[in-house]
Amino acid sequence: MDKSLKHLRQRSPVRLSTVVTYVFLTALAVTMVFPFVWMLRTAFISPEHVSVSMDKVGFWRWLVPPSFPEGKNFVEAVESVSFGRAYINTIIVAGCVTLGQVFTSSLAAFAFARLKFPGRDKLFMAYLATMMIPGSVTMIPVFILTTKMPLYLDAAIAWLTGSNPAIFSQSYYMFHNTYMGRPVGPDSYFALIAPAMFTAYGTFLLRQFFMSIEKDYEEAARIDGASTWGIYWRIMMPLSRPALATLAIFTFMGSWRAYLWPLIVTYTEEIMTLPILIRSFQSTHGGAVTTKWTLMMAASILHIIPLLVAFVIGQKYFIRGVRIGGIKG
Amino acid sequence: MKDKKPIATWRRRAALAGYLFILPNVLGFLIFTSLPVLASLLLSLCKWDLLSDPEWVGLKNFGVLIRDTDFWKYVGNTLFLMMAIPVSIILSLFLAVVLNQKLRGMVLFRALFFLPSITAGIGTMLLWMWLLNPEFGVINEVLRNIYEVLAWLPEKVGWQWAAWKDIHPRWLGDQNWSKPALIMMGLWGSMGGMNMILYLAALQGVPPELYEAAKMDGAGAWQRFWKITWPMVSPTTFFIFVMGIIGGFQAGFQSAHIMTNGGPAGSTTTISYYIYNNAYQWFKMGYAASIAWFLFLIVLALTLFNWRVSQKLVHYG
Repeated sequence: MDKSLKHLRQRSPVRLSTVVTYVFLTALAVTMVFPFVWMLRTAFISPEHVSVSMDKVGFWRWLVPPSFPEGKNFVEAVESVSFGRAYINTIIVAGCVTLGQVFTSSLAAFAFARLKFPGRDKLFMAYLATMMIPGSVTMIPVFILTTKMPLYLDAAIAWLTGSNPAIFSQSYYMFHNTYMGRPVGPDSYFALIAPAMFTAYGTFLLRQFFMSIEKDYEEAARIDGASTWGIYWRIMMPLSRPALATLAIFTFMGSWRAYLWPLIVTYTEEIMTLPILIRSFQSTHGGAVTTKWTLMMAASILHIIPLLVAFVIGQKYFIRGVRIGGIKG
Repeated sequence: MKDKKPIATWRRRAALAGYLFILPNVLGFLIFTSLPVLASLLLSLCKWDLLSDPEWVGLKNFGVLIRDTDFWKYVGNTLFLMMAIPVSIILSLFLAVVLNQKLRGMVLFRALFFLPSITAGIGTMLLWMWLLNPEFGVINEVLRNIYEVLAWLPEKVGWQWAAWKDIHPRWLGDQNWSKPALIMMGLWGSMGGMNMILYLAALQGVPPELYEAAKMDGAGAWQRFWKITWPMVSPTTFFIFVMGIIGGFQAGFQSAHIMTNGGPAGSTTTISYYIYNNAYQWFKMGYAASIAWFLFLIVLALTLFNWRVSQKLVHYG
């Protein structure tokens, strides 16, 4: 709007449609956010207030029971299972998956976008084609491979050396008694991290971005004698920080909430990631009658917080990623 | 000939660099994606419980699958839950149109509506189990109070509203209400999510002159929506719809596993939960692979359809 007209706009009366819009949006926002309010409320009250109904105590006492807020539920939830360990596991797994995916995808995307080699375009088409394959198709063979891997690797070592020290099928401990799982196979960090590290989607996303970077920079660098690695590391990577951030935040959040794969490859609490631990926690504390809703909501909040933090930090890139996903079709 | 040699060397070196750069990703791609696709195709022609040796059975798994009444019931469940997709799309578009007005605070509303899709996962599913709890859950508590208010005047006059007031669904505990409950949760999660963001982007691409011209010609808000907005966002609608359907066929595992165990009476078991049960609970690897391939064929058909139609859409979009 033109500056000279601004004072006119400010003085104009509030339009009815604007009021209706705000009333509608506020009502909807309250409905959408209320479940979260309820989650917070349940996580902070003491268990005996869980089953109190509104007509007995009145609306406000129902919404905010006495003895509010208490932090006991969080303490109890965290202490009842290996919660801290699961938190650390999830950070390790999500961190490694994110770093690994950004690194390998950007290497491949750079090659697809900028280097010439026989078979490049056919390979890229193959990548694109696999993006539509449902995860359940590939997951079954990868699961079988994961279960058999320790046996196969030990057999390979036995065949090569003539003795079988069973390096891959035994469990390992660190710092006295900290269970570290197996090196590969079920119940291992390797199984949680490696299969999630390579996606066609990441390669595709970064390749599209690399294609849009002007070639002048790298031609100038080539004349100055830069190597291919130098161009990738010193020019392409710094220039594509927004795209890398987009991929990183998507991967991190996806890995933080990953459910099916961690569910089928972890058996012991020490190796479980957070969603799986919370689920096992649900089956111990969630009988039909005696479900400890206060603990469940505390655990849920602890799962949600990092997602919120990641989103707040990378909001700009996250929204951009959604839009790039839209162009894909 | 002498000139060509350094170029050939340079090319060979460039190709070598290309292969080296691509190597880590291609290895992962081979081990975790392309070889498993072939393996699962072979697996779907076998019978294998992981303990004994795999047994070749040919197309028998697919024959069993076609006659598996449970499977078709679960396909029905999956399709039922997919009815949420058009509803969600309409709500997303409506919200996007409302939020696209140049008013203060729209960014805040957008963030609030987006909240459920950021937090999606086991946390919000447990939350919904609690909201849907038949005895102490908020939803039934609110329903009870709405009934009280609605029935107050008729009861004064002497009308009987008893039948009305009995509708307190057991939600996840009742096979008729379990799917509507999951749909409700899904709408809460998706209406302000990715689709709304896509629609907002699409709306911002509509030239404002179109609206101004229509206004001058005396078109009302309703007409402006149907004649300008709707056609202009139709490629987005199509994309969201097809992606929604493709995702819908593969959906429902996590909510079934966490909230209902596929029940009551199999009413929330979807195709993906059935695959999970067959593969990782009953260890029928071959049968599970054949269901997965069935799913793949559906998704493949939809994707090809998507490509053909969107190529046509590009011309006017």
